[in-house]
Amino acid sequence: MNFEFSDEQRQLHDTVDRYLTDTYTFEKFRTVNASAAGWDKTVWTGLGELGVLALNVPAEQGGLGFGPLETLSVMGACGKSLLLEPFSSSAVIATAVLRACADDAAAADLMTRMGSGAAIAVLAHYEPDSRFESQWVTTRARKSGDAYTLDGHKAVVMHAGAADTLLVSARVSGEPGDAKGISLFRVPHDARGLKLDVYPTIDGQRAADVYLKGLEVPAGNRLGAEGGALPMIEAALDFGLAALCAEAVGVMQALVDATVTYVQSRQQFGVPIGRFQALQHRIADMLIHLEQARSMSYLAALRCTDANVPERRRALSAAKAVVGQSARFVGQQAVQLHGGMGMTDELIVSHWFKRLTAAELMFGDSDTHLQRYAALTRE
Amino acid sequence: MRLEFNEEEQAFREEVRAFLKEKLPAQIRDKVLNGYELSREDHVLWQRTLHDRGWGGVGWPRQFGGPGWNSVQQYIFDEETAQAGAPRLIPFGTKMVAPVIMAFGNAAQQQRFLPPISSGAEWWCQGYSEPGAGSDLASLKTRAVLRGDHYIVSGQKTWNTLGQYADWIFCLVRTDTAAKQQSGISFLLIDMKSPGITVRPITLLDGGHEVNEIWFEDVKVPVENRIGDENKGWTYAKFLLGHERANIAGIGGAKRELSRLKRIAASERKNGRPLIEDPLFAAHIAQVEIDLWALEITNLRVLSAERESKAPGPEASILKIRGTEIAQRISELLMRAVGPYALPFRREAMAAGWQWDPSREPPGPRYASTLAAAYMNQRKLSIFGGTNEIQKNIISKMIVGL
Repeated sequence: MNFEFSDEQRQLHDTVDRYLTDTYTFEKFRTVNASAAGWDKTVWTGLGELGVLALNVPAEQGGLGFGPLETLSVMGACGKSLLLEPFSSSAVIATAVLRACADDAAAADLMTRMGSGAAIAVLAHYEPDSRFESQWVTTRARKSGDAYTLDGHKAVVMHAGAADTLLVSARVSGEPGDAKGISLFRVPHDARGLKLDVYPTIDGQRAADVYLKGLEVPAGNRLGAEGGALPMIEAALDFGLAALCAEAVGVMQALVDATVTYVQSRQQFGVPIGRFQALQHRIADMLIHLEQARSMSYLAALRCTDANVPERRRALSAAKAVVGQSARFVGQQAVQLHGGMGMTDELIVSHWFKRLTAAELMFGDSDTHLQRYAALTRE
Repeated sequence: MRLEFNEEEQAFREEVRAFLKEKLPAQIRDKVLNGYELSREDHVLWQRTLHDRGWGGVGWPRQFGGPGWNSVQQYIFDEETAQAGAPRLIPFGTKMVAPVIMAFGNAAQQQRFLPPISSGAEWWCQGYSEPGAGSDLASLKTRAVLRGDHYIVSGQKTWNTLGQYADWIFCLVRTDTAAKQQSGISFLLIDMKSPGITVRPITLLDGGHEVNEIWFEDVKVPVENRIGDENKGWTYAKFLLGHERANIAGIGGAKRELSRLKRIAASERKNGRPLIEDPLFAAHIAQVEIDLWALEITNLRVLSAERESKAPGPEASILKIRGTEIAQRISELLMRAVGPYALPFRREAMAAGWQWDPSREPPGPRYASTLAAAYMNQRKLSIFGGTNEIQKNIISKMIVGL
């Protein structure tokens, strides 16, 4: 039992934190947010040069071959700086998918390019009616000869607009809800029959609803076993969930720090408002939530690659429930304690609040995970 | 970073488990697991059993006859004993006055007082709170006036937990009324058999006699029973309060009660189905179990930091707040799990072996008959040992710097 970070993990955190603090200022965030694309190629290249995009890429593909704890070390800094670029979508989740089928030459090559910053891939899996149940896949793939034809609709695919490649799940057999019968395909962004409806999310990131209509891909674009892609997809989503927990903790820490600073300086009735016990206790409550969330973000990182799937998912649901509830509390109270200023677009506080609001909803909200945890505990 | 305990720690856990399996008396274990009251004899027997194993002074260094455990071993010991159904250690001797005697007492005091604490031969209670001094402890008024080689003590203490069993009481008394509050206080050890001491029970909301008021009327206390210097008692008191918060999260006890909650919820029925399958009740259980998991990891983080010899900070306040909230929540769910059968109330039901009138059907299952009283009793958790509001003051002052 030990909660120390290794020197390597600390350095990784410090490197990314310094880079983002210097280059990804709040002003920079606002500029990127206001741009049409919603992400910045120069920043992306910079992250590639630092090596962080290759964090989870295996050494054989020219990467660092790290895992969840190193990812956690980086995600907190991404959260604090409100990074809009597709780091977790491509360098965490899609990389985790591809890593599971590294014996596929095209997947290996794609990972290499992703690690250097030359390519971006995202996983397109959830659908409008799946509500974060990963087995609910209605998108169909029909094989004829040497090709598959895909038809379906993927919902709120994070950073799909920035991607060169989409990793699309589709059903080759069975019914929605069946664990078996799901395959995964590499789909180039310019494939015929692919339509992206790109939009900003509440926190300024970009996402898209993805429509596939008669979209043809060569049979060689299938990743992994026919009909057996779900375990690989779930493993990648769980990795992403752990990363999101760490990101949310980074945001919560930033909000607690900002709120403490604010109540120490803001004067009312002739004293700093931090002298008022009602506010002191609220901040103590925020800190308690933050520390419980931090504990669970560690649990998520330590368990998200566990081979025992029910145990892994039980731990991740527990983590997401606590992190989600904490994110809601800390975000709401940070706005409250900043008073009217907390409501303004001009202060970074409202943007951290929005990132936490998004984090609570992504990969299933706290209620979803509480329910999932209860079901997994009963079995 | 890793969650698993190392091999040495695992081996220690096995050692504690084997000891409990062999030495924890079944009749004591059954009382604890079913929430029945323990007698003075039960506690003394258990303390004696630990002492015979060399574990009487939990948390003590070897030089004073303790097992010399580090904080991780203490945590494992607390977790295993609580889950196995061993009695909660009465903290006033081993965990409160003993560390003060070790740190600030003289050699004669250490030789006189520590061995009978470890063996269970002498029972201690705490004389801190007064009717007018609760969270604001430094406003205490009990006076001690030096006359030759004795102090004459007069005043009133209150909330003395299990003071009716005590052989000794450690007291904060005012020895200088002119000095400012904190600087006129001394720390005295007082023999409960001294003439002039009266113990009166306070009946609590659950009908139990757990706490007392103690009156001191011109009680003679030998000056050699003062710890450290006169008027320096506040320093020793603060030291003690720091110790009181060690292992305050109560992870093992909460796990034990959570298992009990699940057992009861599995045997209770709602619409012909086990209550534990009711979606809302299952969600309540899941929530408290998840909260406990988060607190357990937070507790381990604090231990890990201590092992790396980072000074323990006010993180203990976080553990106290969350630990008590979770314990209270579990006790509340236990009561609610039995539905209407939480309502029939007989104080005698807290005793193991007691039965409803054998000539007629008992109202509800036996396990239901203690749960409402236990729920009511557990409200104390967020009040004692520094109220949870005081803990939040500590957090905001020390961690947040407000």
